[in-house]
Amino acid sequence: MSFFSGFKRLTCLTLLLTVLFAGGFTFTSLPVFANTANPEEAVKSEGTTTEAVKEGEKKVEYPPAPKLTVADYPQIGSFNPRILVWIVAQLHLWFAAFVLAVPIFVLIIEALGMATKDQRYDNMAYEFIKVSMAAYSITAIIGGLLTFSLLVFYPDLFKYMASLFSRSMLAYAFLFFAESASLYIYYYGWHWLEGGFKKWVHLTIGLVLNFVGTVLMLLANAWVSFSMSPNGVDPATGAFLGSEWNVIHNFLWNPLNLHRVIANIAYGGSIIGAYAAYKFLGSSSKEDKAHYDWMGYTANVIAVGGLLPLPFAGYWLTKEIYAYSQQMGITLMGGVFAWLFIMQAVLIGALFLSVNYYLWCGMERSEGSVRYTKNIKWIAAAVVACFLVWFTPHTLVLTNQELKALGGPYHKYLGPLGIMPAKNTAVNIMIILTFLSFTLYRRANKIATVSWAAAGSAVQAAIFAGAIANIIFLGVFYGYFTNTAYKVAASIPQVSTTAVVIIFTLIIDSMMFKGAKDVAPLKWGNVPGRSQYALFTLAVSFTWLMGLMGYIRSGIRQHWHVNSIMRDNSINAFTPTIGYAAQVVTLAAVIFMAIVIFIFWLSNISAKKSAAH
Amino acid sequence: MKLPKLLQAVLVVVAVYIAFKLVFSVGLQQPIPSSLLTMYMFFVVVATLLVTTATEESAKEMSGPIKALVEDPSKKTIRNIVFVLVPLLAGWMTYSNLRPSFEAPVELRTIHPAPPGSMKAFGKSYDLAKLENPFRKYQKEDPEKFKALVKEGGAVYYKNCHYCHGDKLDGQGQYAQGFNPLPLNFQDIGTIAQLQESFLFWRIATGGPGLPKEATPWLSAMPVWKDFLTEDEIWKVILFLYDYTGQAPRSWAAH
Repeated sequence: MSFFSGFKRLTCLTLLLTVLFAGGFTFTSLPVFANTANPEEAVKSEGTTTEAVKEGEKKVEYPPAPKLTVADYPQIGSFNPRILVWIVAQLHLWFAAFVLAVPIFVLIIEALGMATKDQRYDNMAYEFIKVSMAAYSITAIIGGLLTFSLLVFYPDLFKYMASLFSRSMLAYAFLFFAESASLYIYYYGWHWLEGGFKKWVHLTIGLVLNFVGTVLMLLANAWVSFSMSPNGVDPATGAFLGSEWNVIHNFLWNPLNLHRVIANIAYGGSIIGAYAAYKFLGSSSKEDKAHYDWMGYTANVIAVGGLLPLPFAGYWLTKEIYAYSQQMGITLMGGVFAWLFIMQAVLIGALFLSVNYYLWCGMERSEGSVRYTKNIKWIAAAVVACFLVWFTPHTLVLTNQELKALGGPYHKYLGPLGIMPAKNTAVNIMIILTFLSFTLYRRANKIATVSWAAAGSAVQAAIFAGAIANIIFLGVFYGYFTNTAYKVAASIPQVSTTAVVIIFTLIIDSMMFKGAKDVAPLKWGNVPGRSQYALFTLAVSFTWLMGLMGYIRSGIRQHWHVNSIMRDNSINAFTPTIGYAAQVVTLAAVIFMAIVIFIFWLSNISAKKSAAH
Repeated sequence: MKLPKLLQAVLVVVAVYIAFKLVFSVGLQQPIPSSLLTMYMFFVVVATLLVTTATEESAKEMSGPIKALVEDPSKKTIRNIVFVLVPLLAGWMTYSNLRPSFEAPVELRTIHPAPPGSMKAFGKSYDLAKLENPFRKYQKEDPEKFKALVKEGGAVYYKNCHYCHGDKLDGQGQYAQGFNPLPLNFQDIGTIAQLQESFLFWRIATGGPGLPKEATPWLSAMPVWKDFLTEDEIWKVILFLYDYTGQAPRSWAAH
C-alpha cells in the first residue's frame, strides 16, 4: 500500500513537472513551427537567411538573432534577475550532476553484487539510489524554476534558443518523462525484481535509466556549448541555417560532454561519501559504523576514480576553448578570470589532500598498516610540493616594494611555475602519489604469498620512480625548451605515463596478491571521526569548485548571450569582479548544501521509520 | 631523544619558512612575494597537521600537550602566559595588517588581457582570430629572405623599443626603472612564447590605450605604434622578437 501511494504521488509529481517542461518548451518552440509553416511572417524580420529544401523549390526562411535593448528585459522592481538565474541554474546543475551520476555507479555496484553474490553490494547500491530519490524531485523542481525564470526575465533569449533547439527541447521533455519512469521502476522495483532472471530485468531498467539520463545531459550540454561556440547559424546574423544537428554538434560540445560525465561521477561519489560520513558520525552501534565506514570508503573510491582523469578532461576542454577562440582562451587563463583559476587550483589541491588524508586515516582499519604509515610524511611532503607548484600564479600580486625587488611583474624562478607545463607536471605527479597512497592502503592488510613478491614490489617501485622522472623530464624539456605547439602536445605523453603507472600497478597487484593472506580481519568502523571530515571537505570543495568553474565557463562569453551572435544588452551585462562572483557562488553553494543536509535528514527519518516497523 | 610531536610539527613549519626566506631572498635574490608566501605557508601548516593526525597514536601525541595545557592544574602558570600571548599575537597581526602606510595598495593587474575579436588600424579591419604574420612563411620558403626581414625588424626594434624593453629584450632598458610596472621581459618563457603573433600585432599597434576595459587601470606606457610604424614594420619587429629570444609564436600547427 505504502509502495503504491508513494509511487502514485511521485508519478503525479513527475507528470506535473513533465507537463511544465514540455509545456514550456513546446510553447517557446511554437514560433519555429510557425516560421516553417508561414514563411511570409518570418520574412518580416530583417536579414533573414534562406535555405533550399529538397528540390530547391520550397524555401524555408529563418529570422536573425534578435538585437535587444534594455527595454526587452522585463524588470520587476529592483529584483536582480541575473543573480536569480545564476543561482537557480547552478543549483539545477549540482543536483542534476548528482542524480545523473548516482545511477551510473549504482548500476555497476548492483552488477558487482550480482556477480560476486555478495548481498552487501546490493544493499549499498539500494541505499545510494535511495539518497538520490529526493534529490531527483528537487532537480526537477529547480529545473522548472530555471525554465520559468528564463521565460520571465530573458524571454527573447529563450525564444531564440528554443527556435534553434526546438526538436531537442521537445525531446528533452519526453526523455525527462522516460527517465522518471525508469528511475521509479528501478527504485521501487528493487526488491520486486530480485533474483534470477528478474535481476537481469532490473539491471536492464538501470541501463535504460542511465542511457536516457546521459542523452538528457548531452542535449542540455548542446544548449550551453552552443552559447559559447555557436554553430549551424549564420555568423553574421545568427539566423538558423536549417540543421539542428549542426547546432547541437558545435565545437565545444564533445569536450564539455566528456568533462561533465567524468565530473558527475566524481561529484556523485563525493556527495554519497558525505552522506556516509554524516551517517557514520551519527551512528552509535558498531554494525552501523562498520556499514557506513564501508559505504564512505566505496564512495570515496568512486569520487577518486572520477577525480584522477578529471584534470585531463578539463585540460582538453580548455585547449579546445583556446583553439576555438584565442580571445576566449586568454580571457579564461591569462585575463580577467585567471585568478579564479588560482582559486580552482587551491580547491583541487584541497581535494587531493582530503583524499590522501582519508586513505591515511583508513589504514587504522588494518593491523598490517603499521608497515606503511612511516611513508605518509614523505608522500605528504611530495604532494604538498606539487600542490604549491599547482597553484603558483604566473602574474603575482605584488606590493610596489616587491615589484622593484623582483625587477618586474614576474618572478624569475617562480614565474615559470605559473604556466601550464609546470601545472601539468605537478598534477600528474599528484595523481601518481594519490594512487600510491591508495596502493599502500590496499596492501596494508595483505601479505603476498607468491615467491616473486619482493621482485614484484621492486618493479612497482621502479615504475613509480621512472614515471615521475619521465613526467618531470617531459614537463621541463618540452615545457621550457620547445615552442608552444610541442609544449601543449607534451601533456599527452605525461598523461599516458600516469595511466601506465595506474594500469601496470593494478595488474601486478592483482597477480601478486592473488591468494594473499590477510594480516587480520579488516576492522570496518575503526577509523577516527576526523577522517569523516575529509569526506565532507571533498563534497564541499567539489561543490564550490563546480560553482566557480561553471561561472567561468559561462562568464568568458562576457557581454554575449550567444558568443558573437546575440549580445546581452541588459543592465547586468557586465563581468562581475572576482569577489562579487565568489560571493554569489558561495551563496549558491550554501543553499545547495543546506538542501543536501535536508535530504540526508529526510533519509534518516525514513530509515528510523523502517527500523521501527 | 625523541622530540614531542607538537614540537616536531612546529619545527617543520618554521624550517620550511626559513628555507623559503633563505633560498629565495638571500640565495637567489628574488624574494617570494608576501601574498604567495602566505598561501604557501597556509598549506604547509595544513599538510603538517594532516600528517601528524593521520594515525590515532600520532594524533594523541599531538593533542596531548594542548589538552594538558588547558586541563592540567599544574600548568596554570604557563596556561596563563599562553592565554595572554595568543590574543596579543592576534592583535599585533591585525594591527600590522591594518596599519596605514604610504605604500600604494596592492592591486591585481591583468598583464595579458584578452584581445578583442577584431581591431582597426592602417585604415582597415583585422580579424585577430585569423590574422597571421605575412612574413612568417619565409622562415621555411626562403630562409635568406627571412633572415633579412628579421634584420630589418631588429633595426626597427633598436630604433624604437630598446629604450624600455632593453637591448637584450629582457625588459631592462635605460628608461625601464622609470615605469611601474616595468616593461615586459620578452626572454621570460611566460610572455611572448605563450602568445600568437596576432596578439603581439594588436598589442604593439594599439599600445596602452588599446587595452580593453578589463585591464583597467592598465598602467601601460606602451605607445600606440600604429601612429609611428608601418604595418610591415610591426610584423618585422615581431619576427625579430621571436628570433632573438629563440621562442616560437603560439600556433596550432602541430595539432
